[in-house]
Amino acid sequence: MTQVSMTVNGKAVSGDVEGRTLLSSFLRDHLALTGTHVGCDTAQCGACVVHVNGEAVKSCNMLALEAEGAEVGTIEGQAAEDGTLNTIQQAFQDHHGLQCGFCTPGMVMSAAALLKENPRPSEAEIRKYLEGNLCRCTGYHNIVKAIMAASGQDVTSIAAE
Amino acid sequence: MYSFEFEKPSTIADAVAALGGEDAQALGGGQTLIPTLKQRLAAPTKLVSVSGIAEMKGVCVEDDGSVAIGGATTHATVAREAAGSYPALAALAGQIGDPAVRNRGTIGGSIANNDPAACYPAAVLGSGATIVTNARQIAADDFFEGMFGTALDEGEIITSVRFPVPQAASYQKFLQPASRFALVGAYVARFASGVRVAITGASEDGVFRWSEAEAALDKEFRPDALMGLKINPMNMIGDLHGSKDYRAHLVSVMTKRAVEACM
Repeated sequence: MTQVSMTVNGKAVSGDVEGRTLLSSFLRDHLALTGTHVGCDTAQCGACVVHVNGEAVKSCNMLALEAEGAEVGTIEGQAAEDGTLNTIQQAFQDHHGLQCGFCTPGMVMSAAALLKENPRPSEAEIRKYLEGNLCRCTGYHNIVKAIMAASGQDVTSIAAE
Repeated sequence: MYSFEFEKPSTIADAVAALGGEDAQALGGGQTLIPTLKQRLAAPTKLVSVSGIAEMKGVCVEDDGSVAIGGATTHATVAREAAGSYPALAALAGQIGDPAVRNRGTIGGSIANNDPAACYPAAVLGSGATIVTNARQIAADDFFEGMFGTALDEGEIITSVRFPVPQAASYQKFLQPASRFALVGAYVARFASGVRVAITGASEDGVFRWSEAEAALDKEFRPDALMGLKINPMNMIGDLHGSKDYRAHLVSVMTKRAVEACM
């Protein structure tokens, strides 16, 4: 076992892990931050997306020890301390951007990374950016709509497909 | 995953030393290696991460105009930082996998793995790049040795890849939408010395140069120069995503599109 230390949602954390411990396992099993979901465990579905030093990564495809010293952001760090949803989360709720909710943590984390890079993305840019996030309920339409709304764009003209 | 030791050295020399033990393996971004370990298709006793080696990261333009990319540079970084110096290469990097994969996956890892459907091998072979390791320099033409095979020795690390910049180049990828790999990808690069055409995703032998297309394009660099040129489907990959004939057809189509994009 090796000690790993990092900052998660602004708090310094550490724990003893094996070489093979995944970042997703460290977050969920060691830190009990179970908002990061493991959907496919093959790095295809994107439910486990977190931010590592500000960049979106699939936490089931990264070793915990690779995050030594990193700033990690998870879905638990998105809402305010009192539970008030952030702009993206609120937009997902307002525009019904989820049904079962399993993919939502990854969707929100990917959306946050996108909006940091590109504050007013087009519909096509949002769809392109979400290529690595799979949702089996919504058909993506309301997710795209929520992200456009979160970026302050008018979504009334987006008709349902 | 089977258990393994993990080391993250900060210099190339320390990484080479750490890889000296039996069954040790280098780890780039892990976007292929970690899923492979999960499936227990590989069982190294030690993984040596190169992600902490600062001298293996980044994109720079050398004195002779070539673009050198550190072996541990992520696809996202190449897409961003090579956009001015080698746009076709940056565009290729920006189409690999998805954004989260591009934030971790590295050029060195991709080339060392030599997946028959990976994008980077086409750029490396199509550009006639030089693979620089801790021990030597290897020309792209000598580097790729069939599906998942390379000229790398045990424990040898790709420290950088040096790309001569062509007058015009384009990579055209026919996406396999589930895997995000290339069903077939064609990289066409036009140099003063001649045209190079590299094809990925199609052959049982991995990435290859389509010499007949190169000869035709050397005579006349126009999409029509490829008219009637067909590749033998015999050695093409045939699977549930596409038959041998279909892939052979795509080789012609994607090469033609790449030439069109160069005009």
